Amino acid sequence: MPFVNWLKRNLVVIAGLLTLAYLLLPNIIVTVFSFNKPKGRFNYEWQQFSLDAWKDPCGVSDLCGSLSVSLQIAFWATLGATLLGTLIAFALVRYRFRARGAVNSLIFLPMAMPEVVMAASLLTLFLNMGAQLGFWTILIAHIMFCLSFVVTAVKARVMSMDPKLEEAARDLYAGPFQTFVRVTLPIAAPGIAAGALLAFALSFDDFIITNFNAGSTLTFPMFVWGSAQRGTPVQINVIGTAMFVVAVLFVLASMAVGHRRNRQKA
Amino acid sequence: MTNQTDPTGDVRLTGISKTYGAFTAVHPLDLTVPQGSFFALLGASGCGKTTTLRMIAGLEEPSSGTVFLGDQDVTALPPYKRPVNTVFQSYALFPHLDIFENVAFGLRRRGWKSVKKQVEEMLDLVQLGEQARKKPHQLSGGQQQRVAVARALINHPKVLLLDEPLGALDLKLRRQMQLELKRIQTEVGITFIHVTHDQEEAMTMADTVAVMNAGRVEQLGTPADLYENPRTTFVANFLGTSNFIEAEVDSKSGDDIVLKAGGGKLLLPEARCGAPTTTGGKVLVGVRPEKISLTHADDAGEIPEGRNRITGRIADSSFIGVSTQYVVDSPVCADFEVYAQNLDRDPRLVPGAEVVLHWNPAHTFGLDATQDADAGVEEAA
Repeated sequence: MPFVNWLKRNLVVIAGLLTLAYLLLPNIIVTVFSFNKPKGRFNYEWQQFSLDAWKDPCGVSDLCGSLSVSLQIAFWATLGATLLGTLIAFALVRYRFRARGAVNSLIFLPMAMPEVVMAASLLTLFLNMGAQLGFWTILIAHIMFCLSFVVTAVKARVMSMDPKLEEAARDLYAGPFQTFVRVTLPIAAPGIAAGALLAFALSFDDFIITNFNAGSTLTFPMFVWGSAQRGTPVQINVIGTAMFVVAVLFVLASMAVGHRRNRQKA
Repeated sequence: MTNQTDPTGDVRLTGISKTYGAFTAVHPLDLTVPQGSFFALLGASGCGKTTTLRMIAGLEEPSSGTVFLGDQDVTALPPYKRPVNTVFQSYALFPHLDIFENVAFGLRRRGWKSVKKQVEEMLDLVQLGEQARKKPHQLSGGQQQRVAVARALINHPKVLLLDEPLGALDLKLRRQMQLELKRIQTEVGITFIHVTHDQEEAMTMADTVAVMNAGRVEQLGTPADLYENPRTTFVANFLGTSNFIEAEVDSKSGDDIVLKAGGGKLLLPEARCGAPTTTGGKVLVGVRPEKISLTHADDAGEIPEGRNRITGRIADSSFIGVSTQYVVDSPVCADFEVYAQNLDRDPRLVPGAEVVLHWNPAHTFGLDATQDADAGVEEAA
């Protein structure tokens, strides 16, 4: 029974590889089909290898425009949500104030609520206020739903922070501002960075809430959805692949930094 | 080193107190810590010693009273403007900075540009020169502790405050660090105020010890003075062990007070009695277990004259190497503790044996009988 024994020993590895394949297969398909040269308007069947789409990623009208809108919104939403979320997290952990408990639970609501419900109610709100739908309404909506994630990430970090560290800083001649910049912020930074990354990813690919509140503004996910009705240009795969590669590089870089730190430790 | 230009650096607390709502952590308290001394605030947890320390540091605002450093009233100054530095119980080393930057932190905040020489000297003083580029979590507990000391000392504070700095270390390392801290203090000559609940630690290290209990200073003195002449039962029990006999004042004979206890007579030097000595008044007579000798009742005639003596029966004995600890039941005191050195062990001294306890009257101390004889027993355990 050598095969059964081999299977027993390597079961964990096999299960791991299968799971990984399950997670990565869609990405691989997207990447492969970014080099396709489809016959019709739909990029669903492999025809032949081509670099056409990679050479001309903006070749489809509205694609790069919508990508730029999405990146801008993601940038500002990340900035806004990270700033507000960090302040809220500090307030919730450090201070005792009235309705603190209520705020603590309400901040989780956007994470738990179905997106369509939020999207529809936001639209109702904007319409009732007579707001012009577009870039700003999308941005406000994105900051709102990213906020909960940032607060959660930063709060965990601030909670595990020893308040004695700030006392030590004050004891060592650092005034309130110096203490915040030199001690509090650097120690909270990993939590803030995690919150910001999460916010960026969530904002960049949000479709439902954006679609409800966009007016005539077109974001990248909306463009992809719209073009999927009429035909899928290969450029969509190109942008998708590029985003995937950037994300992977990010992860690899942060892993390399962590690895080097561990090496120093040893 | 701006702080060294002002040589008068006594720490003076006048009428300082701290209340949290209805709870009084520190009752109005006057305390002077002479410059250059190693001073210990000793007490059980919750006695107000850490609060007192934090008020000196400026991390806690006193409800009343003043903190003076030398001639300067620093009560209203924030911690970052006081020439005082603290070694925290948890060390509170900055986890994102390496050892060098941790130690340099105070100098840099005060605008020093070149700190390399000072930091290296300081790391050498605490024997961590090799570890400068490591992060705090890479060091052992004892090393982290030394970094915390270096980080505070490099600023040449007028006073170094140590808040239970050895609490997290194991026994062996703690002993080592006690000597180390004492060495550093002698070397730099800065006033150290050390907060601890460990009476042995306080006695080993400090020149002067203030025993605190329930927000008040019970007694202040040198370790030997506190041990030999405790003025309250709390101090007598918190520092070491004490036996107490309730006695009645009978008469005076020279410098001694004659006391009646359970039919027998005991002598107590008047100078060592902290209670009123009117005839007929009650006094708690205290004596330390190691001052007492134990003689089998059959040999009672061999005991020299002039010693205080009490009869009893051995209830329990435990051999612990350097000494044997006996618990003796006597008519005047239920569990009399006696520590006898294992010099000439009398084989008859076993549980059940009738014995005479005797000691030099000069080792007796007298306390006010109105207090609880067991005060401080629990806390010291």
